[in-house]
Amino acid sequence: MTAAADVVGTGNATAGSGRVSRLAMFQPVMLVWLVLAAILVFLIVAPMEELVVSSFEQEGTGAFTLDNYATAYSKPRYVQALWNTLKMGAAVVALALVFAVPLAWACARTDMPGRGLVRLALLGSFISPPYLSAIGWILLAGPNAGWINKAWTWLSGDPTRIVNVFTFEGLVFVMASNVFFLIYIFTYSAFEMVNSEMEDSANILGAGPMRTAMRVTFPLIMPSILGSAIITFLISIALYGVPALISIPARYPVIVIQLSEFFGNTPIQLEVAAAYSIPLLLITAALLGLQRLVLARRGYTSVTGKGAERRIVKLGAWRWVVFAYAMIVAAITLVMPMVVLFAAAFSKIWTSGLTWANFTFGNFYHIIFEHSTAQKAITTSLGVGAAAASVAIVLALGIAYIVQRRVLPFGGALAFLCMAPFVVPGIVLAIGFFAAYAPPPLALYGGFTILILAFITRFLPVAYTASAAGIKAIHPEMEEAVRSLGGGRLTAIRYVVGPLLKRTLFGGWLLIFIPAAQELSTAIFLVGPKTRLVSVLVLDMSEEGRYEHLAALGCILLVILSLVVWAGFKIAGRDFMLKRDAA
Amino acid sequence: MAGQIAGLALKNLGRKFGSFEAVKDLNLDIGQGEFVSLLGPSGCGKTTTLRMIAGFIDPTAGTIDLDGKTLSAPSGSIPPEKRGMSMIFQSYAIWPNMTVFENVAFGLKLRKVPSADIKCQVQAMLEVVRMGELADRYPSELSGGQQQRVALARAIVIKPAVLLLDEPLSNLDANLREEMRFEIRRMHDEFRITTVYVTHDQSEAMVTSDRIAVMNKGRIEQVDAPYMLYSRPKTRFVASFIGRTNFLDGTRSGDTASFSGFAVPVAALAEQTAAGGGAITISVRPQAIQLHRAKPAATGRVVLDGRITERAFLGETWDYVFATRDGSLSLKVAASPATVFEVGTEAWVELDPAQMVPIV
Repeated sequence: MTAAADVVGTGNATAGSGRVSRLAMFQPVMLVWLVLAAILVFLIVAPMEELVVSSFEQEGTGAFTLDNYATAYSKPRYVQALWNTLKMGAAVVALALVFAVPLAWACARTDMPGRGLVRLALLGSFISPPYLSAIGWILLAGPNAGWINKAWTWLSGDPTRIVNVFTFEGLVFVMASNVFFLIYIFTYSAFEMVNSEMEDSANILGAGPMRTAMRVTFPLIMPSILGSAIITFLISIALYGVPALISIPARYPVIVIQLSEFFGNTPIQLEVAAAYSIPLLLITAALLGLQRLVLARRGYTSVTGKGAERRIVKLGAWRWVVFAYAMIVAAITLVMPMVVLFAAAFSKIWTSGLTWANFTFGNFYHIIFEHSTAQKAITTSLGVGAAAASVAIVLALGIAYIVQRRVLPFGGALAFLCMAPFVVPGIVLAIGFFAAYAPPPLALYGGFTILILAFITRFLPVAYTASAAGIKAIHPEMEEAVRSLGGGRLTAIRYVVGPLLKRTLFGGWLLIFIPAAQELSTAIFLVGPKTRLVSVLVLDMSEEGRYEHLAALGCILLVILSLVVWAGFKIAGRDFMLKRDAA
Repeated sequence: MAGQIAGLALKNLGRKFGSFEAVKDLNLDIGQGEFVSLLGPSGCGKTTTLRMIAGFIDPTAGTIDLDGKTLSAPSGSIPPEKRGMSMIFQSYAIWPNMTVFENVAFGLKLRKVPSADIKCQVQAMLEVVRMGELADRYPSELSGGQQQRVALARAIVIKPAVLLLDEPLSNLDANLREEMRFEIRRMHDEFRITTVYVTHDQSEAMVTSDRIAVMNKGRIEQVDAPYMLYSRPKTRFVASFIGRTNFLDGTRSGDTASFSGFAVPVAALAEQTAAGGGAITISVRPQAIQLHRAKPAATGRVVLDGRITERAFLGETWDYVFATRDGSLSLKVAASPATVFEVGTEAWVELDPAQMVPIV
């Protein structure tokens, strides 16, 4: 009992007075809050504030003006781009639903064979960036040299071009193949969560399988489908790579392309670009609000509950039909463009087809040993991605801990700031960062810092979601046990919380690193001559028509990212990807 | 038994969450080396009280003193890590990233005990909880009961000033729970650590505790030894929460208390109540009522006749419902398995006034 008495003795208790000394209670936590809040203001509030402010500023003088808005919407072409974008987004969502929902149902609720293959294809979609898949489709369905057109001519003798990717339909198709997996993930987990007993209750009351599906199952998963459709819409209208490659030749102007034109002019029309991006920001915020509403309106607890027992639908012979559909979707969205890309990477001239005479390692040799910009771009992409992922996950874990454990008052404000970049399209974020940190005093433009900072901000919501889930999974009593044995909060973090969070840390890091290493939208206005990224270089090379070199560069990126994901599976376990949609 | 200085003293303790008063004006002295349970239904404030003692929650009124020193007061509290207590949690809270040995050694390491001593003390403690063989296992390789033993060892090895247990057995299955009750009591007999034990299970509290504080709606209803709590409940809540009982409402005039169908002298009741007239309620345990086929010879007992209206066989006892002839009184009666009455049969019951407890 003496040890205990000692500990109590150090507690600065004042004997019997009914008061406790201030010294025993002091915790310097407010300081931590201020530091974190300052970091978040720097990363999120300042760039966004600068974006809005500069949209009302006269170029050069900084005087208040509405001219930027007038300029931004003066030409019918500019306004047309806005409408085009919305039309494209809606079409992309419709096609993505056609791809994703049957697949999700088949994988979650039927005995379709090859469900593992579908999972694999989805993982492929996560690893392969949209701009590479777009290149693949340009090689496949280009109007003149595209493989499909050539194959058709060779087979039928008919010289007509049967497909052309440089059209509205082509644009929508390539977009949808790159964004549909989000709808799949949401819908799949909704299907998994629907309790079979609910369907059984409908059955036992006399409803047939069709009626049960229409009146019970689909209404239950509807909020998930709608919610993911909204997010998919937002992602597709903000995506830069695919429109840059396809919509320009297709003569179908969209917002992101128009923005890059304002930025591409010399001098840069920053203020006009800022004004032009405000509607995009408002649409995003409004639709995310709507998504919240859709998901929250009805208390579908069965959808969020623990995976209950589910009965698998026996499809019989139909399983092969469904299987064929799944394989076609996987082929056209992932396998075909990737195969073409790899084939081009090993070809002397990509249009000459798959012959031994056309085979070469030269493109890889060129990229790895001769092309100094490409070498640098690979290290820059990986380095910037790794740095952003590391900072974002550490920052997010710190904030998530403070919020979840209520260490500080007003933790909710920090959490809100962490999630706020979710409503900011990458390209708009880039304009904000440019406006805030390119001019003096910081003058960060052209360096790595501005890229890393922008990427941190871009991926902070993903990092925060993964971190909050990880910390929620650690029972608070784990820490209370440390404290009751005489360890402070820091001791608990060091010996218990830290070690237990290793997996979350690593899984979350991967979830950020993979998209960050491919990121294009946020980078496009922020890269300088010395900080080219692979994504930006791919776009440049495609303008020069060097598809073989481009393909080799793309393949190198894909192989590296696949290896990282494979290592991640080994270390963090297979389920780290599933946390992606927890937002 | 509870001295003003040695031991734990809760004085006028209160805790509000917003406008909800989880704990109200609670007073309790726990002597050095005493084992006291806080027993009550969920939401009665027992866990809040325990967490205030541990230092995880600050009181909004009153104080908590240990050996005469104030630990908690509304003006601020000593953090949990400086209280020299230890706590066992409902979830066990065994750290999955450490072995059994490392879990138990953790508190000693924080106290900078030399590592040779740590090894020795931890091993000895693991022997006490019969986990010596499993020192190198990780928690995921242990059963629930084994994890609970590790939690026990981890909390006791530091020789805490006070040991706090928060429903430690509620996640175990029934057999193991019964075994662990005795284990916890055995540990207390061995180390004599001042202990506060929170539970909603009355038999758990009865097996382990020296005294039980029955809580309801943020207040303590009664603090007593287990036997007294059962045989002399002071309030309606305590009488019905600890075991089952029959409440009989009657009136009192002078020295006689009259109930439906019988009357007894007030002096014969188990407890003496303040003199005067008015309503009176007594509690009679089903076990305190004897069932007879024929009218028993009555010597100072209350005898009533009627019939059996319901019955259920529970293995260790028969549960009967007995109704008097005029139907004005209905009593729950427990009888041994051999005492078989069919529903509808006539029967006599015999009640001892000394087992009738007037309650508030």
